Amino acid sequence: MSALLEADGLRLRFGAAPALDGVSVAIWPGEVVAVVGESGSGKSTLLRALSGQITADAGTVHYAGQDVLALSEAGRRRLMRTEWGYVHQNARDGLRLGVSAGGNVGERLMAAGERRYDSIREVAAHWMERVELDPSRMDEPPRNFSGGMQQRLQIARCLVTEPRLVFMDEPTGGLDVSVQARLLDLIRKLAKEMGLAVFLVTHDIAAARLLAHRILVMRRGQVVEEGLADRVLDDPRHPYTQLLVSSVLAA
Amino acid sequence: MTLLLKAEGLRKGFTLHLQDGVSLPVLEGEALELQAGECVALSGPSGAGKSTLLRCLQGNYGVDAGHVLLRHRGAMVDFAAAEPRLVREIRAETLGYVSQFLRVIPRVPALDLVVEAGVEREAARALLRRLNLPDRLHGLPPATFSGGEQQRVNLARGFGPAYPILLLDEPTASLDAANREVVVGLILEAKARGAGIIGIFHDEEVRDRVADRLHRVLPIGPTPATEAA
Repeated sequence: MSALLEADGLRLRFGAAPALDGVSVAIWPGEVVAVVGESGSGKSTLLRALSGQITADAGTVHYAGQDVLALSEAGRRRLMRTEWGYVHQNARDGLRLGVSAGGNVGERLMAAGERRYDSIREVAAHWMERVELDPSRMDEPPRNFSGGMQQRLQIARCLVTEPRLVFMDEPTGGLDVSVQARLLDLIRKLAKEMGLAVFLVTHDIAAARLLAHRILVMRRGQVVEEGLADRVLDDPRHPYTQLLVSSVLAA
Repeated sequence: MTLLLKAEGLRKGFTLHLQDGVSLPVLEGEALELQAGECVALSGPSGAGKSTLLRCLQGNYGVDAGHVLLRHRGAMVDFAAAEPRLVREIRAETLGYVSQFLRVIPRVPALDLVVEAGVEREAARALLRRLNLPDRLHGLPPATFSGGEQQRVNLARGFGPAYPILLLDEPTASLDAANREVVVGLILEAKARGAGIIGIFHDEEVRDRVADRLHRVLPIGPTPATEAA
């Protein structure tokens, strides 16, 4: 077995500030990796660089043996539609607001090649159920749903094509605590059932402990510590990781 | 005799960067062997590093030096140097751990927590019953359980999957006499099937009944040179 996605020596500057300063990471099939760190540490930038949404100044990204940075725009889009999923912090960035809830799910299936209308509707309904949304509301527009429900809809849209690797950027950010908890339970359940590899960017240490097998700690564009999730949290080595862990109330 | 675990030259300390980088050495040159079917009790004064040693053996703490060789899938592997993926595999198949307090995924019912550890549903139910956890609690998440009830869920997760190696951190601390008896029974049965157990037992009566030998963990004293300074 080999790594599903592997990045080496990623560097990127926004003006004078280094956003990524020599980052190397890998993720294996079925592995949930949390990237933690404060705002501006480069964790979201890392996610965008890994998924090819921005191009790093230096470094390589390989997915299942393919050089992601050398892919054409069409090739990258094909990966995004089939093998990968991307869950944005703000559901409205990942959904099409002018399209019905069911259409949002079905649309991605169509983009991946499915053409039979009946089965698209059926699969969309099934996926709404899987993310605990009422499938009888599939013809309603996303704006009729609450923030937490929109986020679940985005997850359904993302997983309907059964990707192998999902990028999640603060998927519970901005939601009520009780809604966050349900969403985390759902993500955990689906990742396990589907054997998904997940890159999860979060500043929520408790969420990282709950979901992740492995944790990367980022600061100022560098990975300052990484390893087994429970070891990074219970036996943190780097001063910044110790600060991060000590700042959490009973995680 | 089958060697299950051999730790050698273990060194572990903590550097507290938030407290001016003060450094706390805990283990130095620690060595320990475990054979199939035996139970080794860690002894020594409070604060000597028994729990730290157990956590190093479990992989929860990383060691600063030394090796933890353990038998996994028929071969000895250096657990202390294992990649996270291998650590997870070893924990799932070979190395069980009962911590002092239950720390599990919230909102998951007690029975499911035991099943998730790798136990058939009916066997999980039977084990929880044996540990005197009433059926009406099986479907509830343990967050609202008493300390003793939580610990019994923890014990079911540790003893259910029949791991070849088991690490126990005060498994009977919050239990009444009847449940302590159940745990002694579980430990003796695990030994009888060939499991090796390393444990911390504050209850001397329990310890004397289950342990084949003691392994003393001594605090690292300040060196004379440090004292002179």
